[in-house]
Amino acid sequence: MNPSSSTTAEGVLPAHDAHDAHHDHPSYLVDGTTIKSWLLTVDHKRIAIMYLVWILLFFLVGGIFAMAIRIEMLTPGPTIMDAMTYNRTFTLHGMVMIFLFMIPAIPAVFGNFVLPLMLGAKDVAFPKLNLASLYIYLAGAFLALWGMINGGLDTGWTFYTPYSTHTTTTVAPVLFGAFIIGFSSIATGLNFIVTIHTMRAPGITWFKLPLFAWALYATSCIQVLATPVIGLLMVIVTGEQLFHFGLFDPARGGDPVLFQHLFWFYSHPAVYIMVLPSFGVMSEVVATYSRKNIFGYRAIAYSSLGIAFVGFFVWGHHMFVSGQSTFDAGVFGVLTMLVGVFTAIKVFNWVGTVYKGAVDFKTPFAYFCGFLFFTVFGGMTGIAVATTSLDVHWHDTYFVVAHFHFIMVGATVMAFLASLHYWFPKMFGKTYHEGWGLVAAAFIILGFNATFIPQFLLGNYGMPRRYFEYPERYQALNVASTAGASLLAFGFLIIAIYLVYSLAYGRASGQNPWRSKGYEWLSASPPPTHNFVGPQPTYPEEPHFYVDPKKAEVPDVV
Amino acid sequence: MSNFADKILFLPERASTFAEKVDQLHYFVVGVTMVSSIAVGLAAIFMFFRYRRRVPNQHTEYVVPNLPTEFLFVSVPLVFFLLWFAIGFRDFVFYTTPPKDTYDVYVMGKQWMWKFAYPEGPNGVNVLHVPAGRPVRLLITSRDVLHSFYVPAFRIKMDALPGRYTQAWFEATKPGTYQVLCTEYCGLSHSKMLAEVVVLSPEDFEEWLKEQKRGRLAGRQDALADTSLVPPVARMAEQGQRLAGTQGCFKCHTMTGEPHIGPTFLGMYNREEKLEDGKTIRVDEAYITQSMMDPGAHIVSGYKNVMPTFQGKLQGAETAAIVEFIKSLRTPNVREGASQGPAYEPIQ
Repeated sequence: MNPSSSTTAEGVLPAHDAHDAHHDHPSYLVDGTTIKSWLLTVDHKRIAIMYLVWILLFFLVGGIFAMAIRIEMLTPGPTIMDAMTYNRTFTLHGMVMIFLFMIPAIPAVFGNFVLPLMLGAKDVAFPKLNLASLYIYLAGAFLALWGMINGGLDTGWTFYTPYSTHTTTTVAPVLFGAFIIGFSSIATGLNFIVTIHTMRAPGITWFKLPLFAWALYATSCIQVLATPVIGLLMVIVTGEQLFHFGLFDPARGGDPVLFQHLFWFYSHPAVYIMVLPSFGVMSEVVATYSRKNIFGYRAIAYSSLGIAFVGFFVWGHHMFVSGQSTFDAGVFGVLTMLVGVFTAIKVFNWVGTVYKGAVDFKTPFAYFCGFLFFTVFGGMTGIAVATTSLDVHWHDTYFVVAHFHFIMVGATVMAFLASLHYWFPKMFGKTYHEGWGLVAAAFIILGFNATFIPQFLLGNYGMPRRYFEYPERYQALNVASTAGASLLAFGFLIIAIYLVYSLAYGRASGQNPWRSKGYEWLSASPPPTHNFVGPQPTYPEEPHFYVDPKKAEVPDVV
Repeated sequence: MSNFADKILFLPERASTFAEKVDQLHYFVVGVTMVSSIAVGLAAIFMFFRYRRRVPNQHTEYVVPNLPTEFLFVSVPLVFFLLWFAIGFRDFVFYTTPPKDTYDVYVMGKQWMWKFAYPEGPNGVNVLHVPAGRPVRLLITSRDVLHSFYVPAFRIKMDALPGRYTQAWFEATKPGTYQVLCTEYCGLSHSKMLAEVVVLSPEDFEEWLKEQKRGRLAGRQDALADTSLVPPVARMAEQGQRLAGTQGCFKCHTMTGEPHIGPTFLGMYNREEKLEDGKTIRVDEAYITQSMMDPGAHIVSGYKNVMPTFQGKLQGAETAAIVEFIKSLRTPNVREGASQGPAYEPIQ
């Protein structure tokens, strides 16, 4: 390859003059500067940026409520609020973080932004539907938030009946908000599936798809298949509360456990909606920063589909002590082990990718390290709580709280921050300060461990979740956890400061600051409105192919 | 060893036969998890240094796993996970299959207390007395929303579902007092829904049972004096008795079972009463309260509508105290009768 071109794209681009491109084809950021040109855009990149703004805002709201919870837990009795406020606070924290942040975060922001770039496409398959998804999401989000503020909801994000149909707080608008958000989720998933099927550039066969695209594909399948279930469930619960349908009410011949089956049929796969995109991001990050082809590409791609498939058959592991039969518990328990195996395959292959690589320890790679630990420890504690006899002790205690924060939040937030740093130059054409990036990453990873490792111990000790007050013996560990949470919050503050600073004053990054061979770096940074100037690029090599062309016995299969 | 492990893992004391089994697997699972997380972490850190980038555009070798490697990646975790599952499920079957000769206790969760009823013994709130060294089966239900009965020291937990009985069993290994917590979110005072299991030696338990069965009303007073039984309710009942005196209730209602101008209070609570219009009504909290506030609403057959309203004369808490007082005047049948629940055959 021509050495002079190495600072720009490292793939094969159709010949055109990069200098010209900047003038004739302005980046998507400056192509139209009116408010209308943003709010009514059908450009996937602008939609991604708008998603990013809202999602960060909701993350801030969820984070503030998380801090309020941790401060309340500093003392065994009331600290800064009363019991009802606390119950509403943890509900709001869970609702906002799960439905408004974690589920859409990576697919809607980074999936939207880079998926078409990775496929060499001009946009997603249905650009207008993409914009509609954003507004549907916002409509649902604001309806739910309005409900939570006016009247407040105190059921926890799981809305278990019959409590959710008995409580006097306002359940209906929140559930209806969640129902609306579901449509956004389905539309985005559908859009991605069709995009991946129909819009791949010549040369991108299924087994040359970047692994992030594979992960999004698996995620989208879950979204399209599972979200309708929870959507309808929310409608039924609303009807149960307002019109006393009686489907879950034993006084009317209903079954309170039926709700849990329907709820977890969606919400367990939803866990994989949250983590699969993270797995995809990490596959990209580890390959780029170790300059290595992906070790076991097919194993990682297939394991994503495997998780998506098996994820539908494990929901009963949330219900071992709900009166479910012993046989069912066994079946759900053993199937859950398979999810662990699929995840283990990914972990081994990521570590294998580093083997004989050339590691550049940049901020996203620091998050990869944190991610590796959270995934292994969080994943294996997941297997532990799926072990039937152990779950009898741990179920609904802080052990479970710690476990799902490790895997869902730990892994997702690591991936979210890694994406934010990794694709920051792609999105804005600016660089951030690497030193501050690493400092913040250290705070975040340490803070995260300091917050949730004490909670594992609290769970062992027997402290149930959703407790406003607790017996005094649990205090020391709660104080430790709150201290960790402060570190974590401080880390986020640092990131917010230097990223906003970089947006305004950051140096221009150049097209491909990481010298990555990921496909998305083949377009300019930031990309022009239709992603590629001139004819569509072609992709003769697999993504992340860093082999010296002169020395390589280049394999023709992946 | 296990003492040290218990300390660093913050495990509560072990007081049932099931707890021993759970903890052994617990050590194994947590041990493997920690070792493998640390191993993956160390392997990664080693490689970050060993394979650090030396020139910006460094080329790398094309490395892909061979079949044995992939096989190893799949089989090692699978073997461990299946082993955990097998041991765990064996113990779970042990937990879900009570022995035939269990001592049965009915447990009812209600916002926000635990009520216990012995088929042939006394009822109690928030304190469960059981014998050590004998399997005890709990038949658990809920009156309102979901609750979950959890005893950390026994490592047992079972949801309480309205309209349904679930079961859990344990065999306590040593006398002592162990905390019961509710682990299914059930509303405002979820975290205050605490109770205790008092494990007594078999002799002490027999003694306690006899004590509970002895004497009718007098025995009730003794039981109330025992702080382990319903102390707040007892205070309310006493307060209610004084109030009933000052409000003049005893001019018309007796405590002895003799009807006077109005029906007697003794055994009134939970009784089916025939009304003037031929319908029947159950005397529950709601009816007692209504009769104080609007005495003419439902007149019990055979009595005249002569009672004045106490609307505005009694505060909410005073009403509740009088209700509690009337509730405390139960006949032996109501207080000591077998708990009403579906017959639940032990699993064969």
